[in-house]
Amino acid sequence: MTTPASPPPAAAVEFVDVRKAFGGKNVLAGASLKVEKGETMVVLGPSGTGKSVLLRHINGLTKPDAGQVFVEGQDIVPLTEEELAPVRLKVSMLFQGGALFDSMNVFDNVSFPMREHTDMTPEEIRHRVAEKLEMVGLPGIRKKMPAELSGGMRKRVALARSIALDPAIILFDEPTTGLDPVNAEKINELIDDLNERLKATFVVVTHDIVSARAISDRVAFLHAGVFEFVGTFDEAARGAHPILSDFFRSCGFPAGTATASIAASAVQALTRDGARGVALGEENP
Amino acid sequence: MTVGNETTVFYRNLRWLRFVDAFGRKGSTALDYLGGLAELTGQAVASVFRKPFYTQEILHQMDETGVKSLGITNVTALFTGMVLALQTAYSLAAFGGKLFIGRVVSLSLVRELGPVLTALMVGGRVGAGITAEIGSMTVTEQVDALRAMAVSPIQRLVTPRLIAVFFMLPILTALADLLGILGGLLIAVYELSITASFYFNSIWNQLRIADIASGLGKSFFFAAEIALIGCYNGLNVKGGAAAVGVATTKTVVAASISILVSDFFLTKLFLAL
Repeated sequence: MTTPASPPPAAAVEFVDVRKAFGGKNVLAGASLKVEKGETMVVLGPSGTGKSVLLRHINGLTKPDAGQVFVEGQDIVPLTEEELAPVRLKVSMLFQGGALFDSMNVFDNVSFPMREHTDMTPEEIRHRVAEKLEMVGLPGIRKKMPAELSGGMRKRVALARSIALDPAIILFDEPTTGLDPVNAEKINELIDDLNERLKATFVVVTHDIVSARAISDRVAFLHAGVFEFVGTFDEAARGAHPILSDFFRSCGFPAGTATASIAASAVQALTRDGARGVALGEENP
Repeated sequence: MTVGNETTVFYRNLRWLRFVDAFGRKGSTALDYLGGLAELTGQAVASVFRKPFYTQEILHQMDETGVKSLGITNVTALFTGMVLALQTAYSLAAFGGKLFIGRVVSLSLVRELGPVLTALMVGGRVGAGITAEIGSMTVTEQVDALRAMAVSPIQRLVTPRLIAVFFMLPILTALADLLGILGGLLIAVYELSITASFYFNSIWNQLRIADIASGLGKSFFFAAEIALIGCYNGLNVKGGAAAVGVATTKTVVAASISILVSDFFLTKLFLAL
């Protein structure tokens, strides 16, 4: 008589009460978070609060002590290294330093996942690599070795490698850390642009508020191993959450309810739609 | 008084406890190390027969570990052979040592010095190189990147190196044996005025296939030790560039010791066969 209701569509990534300790220190203490398909979720927090550790749980590089991690509805915690392979083909990761193979040139790096996991012909691979390098704005550097590239270029090549197999979910570990503001801005634009073109889910870990403002659909604030806040960036900047406003203040932005709009606008001023942001500030009533 | 006594006893016990604790820790670290190494060995050997086969990488590693070690192992063997010839002639002079030079040089080289010295040289050069390379890949997250791309670091990094060293070290050893015997010949002919034909004849009459086989047989074991210790220390680097340096040193020490210790047991084993 009754047909079972079809289950609600699974979130792209879901953490359920994830706990992880390193050497007696609780890095994650029951973190729960849901990342919807197609959104860019930015995990914010000061350095050393376990944001990168959190990210490494999504592709099984790190296993939680307790709790569940769902990737497109599948609990990946019990999976062995071999069983994780299909998950890892769906979920790619951009490492903080890029993690390009320094024994290989740019072409071999970007084509690496294709050579490992597809039976594409050399011609198809060459075509695909050119396309990916063009997407990250670096055409014509195929023969260069990673050591010959600047930090920003290395990250973009690494990004090209991480989108090589058109993943459904991309994890970014501090994408703008260690870059000058101009290059950081370029990376932000690139992430925004790719999110639109690839229709993939992005999970970005950062302590860079400017970057969070520029690319996030939602932000999640990690503090003492749990998510203290999840919502849009504007809500975060406006909100009265004491720890969050402390964090904003420590990043050089005035915070608190009265001055929250200044914080938001100050951030906007530093991003692409800066003109509009400044117009909202108190200096220009 | 009693309080003082109790305190003394307490501290004496504490010292003992500390000693036992430190000893236990050292022991458990050593066991962890051996356990980890054994686990890696199992996984690496299992990966030898599992697809994908990185033929290109194996050939590259054979070149890196084998061909590029030829210089160091050959020079070592040549001069060892020359020194052996000189020392034999000197120390056995009273017994007509000259007559035995071919035998002594060839036997000690083929059975013992060829495999061990070659392995020590390769252990230093190749083992350290493997740890430095894999170690720096570990600290720059390249090993994690492999895993994140669903590629097994063991299959991609460890197995090709294991296969390469496994086949190259016995070849290097065989060449070292040959070079060492030729070194002995040089000294025999030019210093001790023995004819080449006499030198070779005495070798030919003395040396058996079993001698050569036991020497080369050992080198397969040494090869596995070098490759696996090098890879294991590289994969387990924690920290930054300084930690890579420490791990590299550790590889040279661990590989050398394990070669020398296992040489003893292998020698016993092969003599019993």
